[in-house]
Amino acid sequence: MLEAAGLDCERSGRTLFRDLSFGIAAGDLVRIAGPNGSGKTSLLRILCGLLAPTQGEVRWRGAPIRRLAEEYSRHLVYIGHAAALKDDLTPSENLDIACRLAGLHAHRESLAGALSAFAVPALPVRKLSQGQRRRAALARLLLSERVPLWLLDEPFAALDAAAVRSAEDLIAQHLKAGGSVLYTTHQQAALDSRARVIDLAAQ
Amino acid sequence: MILGVVRTLVRRDLLLAMRRRSDAATALLFFMIVASLFPLGIGAEPNQLRAIGPGVIWVAALLSTMLSLGRLFAADYADGTLEQLALGAAPLGVVVAAKALAHWLVSGLPLVVIAPLIALQYDLERPLYGVLVLSLLLGTPVLSLIGAIGAALTLGLRGGGVLISLLVLPLYVPVLILGAGSVAMAAAGLAPSGQLLLLGALLVVSAAFAPWAVAVAVRIGIE
Repeated sequence: MLEAAGLDCERSGRTLFRDLSFGIAAGDLVRIAGPNGSGKTSLLRILCGLLAPTQGEVRWRGAPIRRLAEEYSRHLVYIGHAAALKDDLTPSENLDIACRLAGLHAHRESLAGALSAFAVPALPVRKLSQGQRRRAALARLLLSERVPLWLLDEPFAALDAAAVRSAEDLIAQHLKAGGSVLYTTHQQAALDSRARVIDLAAQ
Repeated sequence: MILGVVRTLVRRDLLLAMRRRSDAATALLFFMIVASLFPLGIGAEPNQLRAIGPGVIWVAALLSTMLSLGRLFAADYADGTLEQLALGAAPLGVVVAAKALAHWLVSGLPLVVIAPLIALQYDLERPLYGVLVLSLLLGTPVLSLIGAIGAALTLGLRGGGVLISLLVLPLYVPVLILGAGSVAMAAAGLAPSGQLLLLGALLVVSAAFAPWAVAVAVRIGIE
């Protein structure tokens, strides 16, 4: 489905990785590994099209993503470092808006269901803790089951054990349904044993 | 779907403005204060006030729009929503056009509505009120659209606020000249339609091209 061909990435004059090529098929689980500052986030951002690689290209079903633009981004969910939540809105308003902007339509019940599955309280986001914000961001995955490609940057950061488990279950389900997941993490996760690893430290 | 995205985004930005009313009120209050201080400072000489009225109101509208430009993308950029907008289902050009529309609804439209009240202080003749409102109605969306280019170009820069003003001000000058000129024209007893048509043309051109420039600038900003 997704194919990276000869990716080079240079950020502020420093080469992060060179000539990185790999392919991702339906049902693949890939962990991007490497120490801090090795370019894991940059790689994810390149793969979702937010960042242009210094060289090389990313192809989705054979077509370069630069040309596909939003045709491609409809097929992916990217959850980055920032939770992308508006402080002045409630988690369910945030989730509703995020889904609509992604072209998905979620019913009120499924929004409430997703948020309660991740035990997110119905308070303005401003009043939520770091972990609760993270959960609210991850709740979007429950509504994005039909989106084939998930790109998750540190999905387990700041989560407690129970939330990590439900996130892992969600990922496992998605893989079983034929989706693909790329993620970065510093924590040990039960998923790691099943994942193929792209190690940026070896670059 | 594209219309749905526009509707969602405009509604979101209006909702956010409602939850944070003081931000929107600041720009409007600034407009009212600036435009009201001139008659106090210059003195109650009706002929003089009539002569400077349209110009002062237009300058105040321009400055007040500029005051609110910093917020156009900065908050979305800081909390990561701008990235998500760039990865949305609609083209980024449409997304930023929707944001510019919301910006105008929050900070441009109130100026248009309140301008006749401000104009009272300048003792404008009655037929001029319509021209003033019409010129602002055509001109303030142009200010939002052009301002969005400046706001997008200065994303993530320190001291972006000053830079926005420097970038955007020269582009605002034609709007100011045409807007204030149309009212002055009508005050001189001539038809203001020439200036108003040019303002309309500016609006059409900036609505067609500014969103794509903003989209490119936003892409560069979030890289």
